[in-house]
Amino acid sequence: MNRLSLISLLWLVIRRDLLLAMRRRADVLTTLIFFVMVVSLFPLGVGPEAEMLRKMAGGVLWVAALLSSMLSLPRMFAADHLDGTLEQMMLAPQSLTVMVLGKITAHWMLSGLPLVLIAPVLGLQFDMPVAAILTLMLALLLGTPVLSMIGAVGAALTLGLRGGGVLVSLLVLPLTIPVLIFGAGAVEAVNSGLDAVSNFALLGAFLLFALVFTPFVAAQALRISME
Amino acid sequence: MAINWFKYSAPSTFYGLAGKLIPWFAWPAAILFGIGFYIGFFVAPTDAVQSEAYRIIFIHVPASILSMFIYLIMAGYAALGLIFKTRLSAMMASALAPTGALFAFISLWTGALWGKPMWGAWWVWDARLTSELILLFLYLGFIALQASIEDPRRADRASALLAIIGSVNVPIIYYSVQWWNTLHQGSTIKFSGTSMHVAMQQSMFIMLVACWLYAIAIALARVRSIILERESNTQWVKEVRE
Amino acid sequence: MQSEPILEVSDLACERGEHRLFEGLNFAISSGELMRVQGENGKGKTTLLRTLCGFVQPAQGSVRWQGRDIHEWDDQFHSQMCYLGHANAIKDELSALENLRIGAGLAGIGVSESTALEVLRRMGLRRKEHLPVRVLSQGQRRRVALSRLLVGEAKLWILDEPLTALDVGAVTLMQELIGEHLSDRGMVIFTTHQPLQVTGVETRHLVLA
Repeated sequence: MNRLSLISLLWLVIRRDLLLAMRRRADVLTTLIFFVMVVSLFPLGVGPEAEMLRKMAGGVLWVAALLSSMLSLPRMFAADHLDGTLEQMMLAPQSLTVMVLGKITAHWMLSGLPLVLIAPVLGLQFDMPVAAILTLMLALLLGTPVLSMIGAVGAALTLGLRGGGVLVSLLVLPLTIPVLIFGAGAVEAVNSGLDAVSNFALLGAFLLFALVFTPFVAAQALRISME
Repeated sequence: MAINWFKYSAPSTFYGLAGKLIPWFAWPAAILFGIGFYIGFFVAPTDAVQSEAYRIIFIHVPASILSMFIYLIMAGYAALGLIFKTRLSAMMASALAPTGALFAFISLWTGALWGKPMWGAWWVWDARLTSELILLFLYLGFIALQASIEDPRRADRASALLAIIGSVNVPIIYYSVQWWNTLHQGSTIKFSGTSMHVAMQQSMFIMLVACWLYAIAIALARVRSIILERESNTQWVKEVRE
Repeated sequence: MQSEPILEVSDLACERGEHRLFEGLNFAISSGELMRVQGENGKGKTTLLRTLCGFVQPAQGSVRWQGRDIHEWDDQFHSQMCYLGHANAIKDELSALENLRIGAGLAGIGVSESTALEVLRRMGLRRKEHLPVRVLSQGQRRRVALSRLLVGEAKLWILDEPLTALDVGAVTLMQELIGEHLSDRGMVIFTTHQPLQVTGVETRHLVLA
């Protein structure tokens, strides 16, 4: 039995999760549909006045992205936990941290990346200027992985518990507030004619910080939950 | 001396020690609350700008400070429990959480009560109040997670990890909210620029110490009942109950 | 340090919650031995097996593999053991072949397609290797789960009720496979509600009371 190189292990886990998702396409689509629905609810709630919607757009899309991410979090580990494959992964003589990183990456590709790609369409719904839409896309691109990563820790801690998605959201949402502030802030800055470089720098910093720490922390959380 | 401490890290012996210590914290707390209230509400002069309503800060500020302090202590105990696998540390963390949440809640309420006469609104999105709200959410998350897990060992360790992550995040959240607030030129609840009268400083300080002593007393009382509950299968608890 | 594969348990105590399941457990198992863990439901059989895997930290005592604590060994110990729990640890959406190859792959065992097909045929899954596991019966799914035992070089098999859902033919097959594993200097610890006997091997019994 060999210890796989970290890259091969990572790639194997990502491929596995993507393959599984491919055969269960509904899961991926529901997150996307939820995102679109939530965004569409806002004008219905606050009125269709164009100027107001344009101002709110960045914030609304970000909050919707946060909520959609939360909703899809239990999926990261729940299925594997139920059928026993998570147990086997933890028993494998491989780095659990890398396997968790693989799962987070696959989760982001299935839940976060689609949001980034559909954001422009929704931005148009809110009559956002092009510059703002591009800023939003970049901010989401940097921010959604962080949401998946922090979410992974929450999902790992709440493995198998009743209360599922709501409990994870309760734990994770407060921790994602900095991402929300700087992500939406980037769009706001561009709308006011300022540049969003510092926002992106901070989002990038969050991304790096999360990348370094969360897979390990999530792996520890899994061990705690699986005892 | 070192050997003595280890003896008290066992829940059974700590139970007795905690029981003896409580009055030493509770009585001074009560007395200091009394003194602090007196000075704050009767002796300290009326503020030039904010008149009588400002007096609420004598509760608001100590509550805010303590809510943050307790979170750090809680995370500290949680870390000890995770690293050294001592059950008592985890129990102390659990004992502190409700008190910390209470202080955060009081801080928010008194902040609102202060804000209303000042700004005419029950809530303003001041950076500190907003951070306090998020801190309350962190406390509630900790308590909710503990409550959701049946196995006490898993509950201790999971909530400990959450508390540690929370404490790392608190500065990040605080600075993000600060930034957000300045960006939006939000309102800031600030004490009037003039330096504080001596009596006000005294009252603030006394109330702070009183709150701190109260927190210790309550935490000790709560940890005693947690110990009884968790160790209910053991012999010494059965003896205590007789 | 002995090179003879041997699992030793000394003064082991396990808890579930604040409740102690058992304590003072001592035994050793070495090559070619077959041990059955018995006890009423809820007495800690599954917890014991999971403690032996290293999932659960014992409340007291230690589990040692070749003289060293399994938590010190960590990955090296895990590469020499194979655990099968109540759950099959297979994905419904994948075929038997994919399950076997991916499952083994994650454990670092490379299994070629031809080897995998051979193994699945041995397990009685001929003509079912490419179907999604979802459409197989419970017994067939258990066979897919068990096929993992035939790849790789794990010396220690820890099996929690391996015969669940298996028909008579499969039970006989399992007994054969265990017998082969034992002659190959392997060792097996298991729990079961159905009779499991291996010809020519005396089963040791461990009772958790």
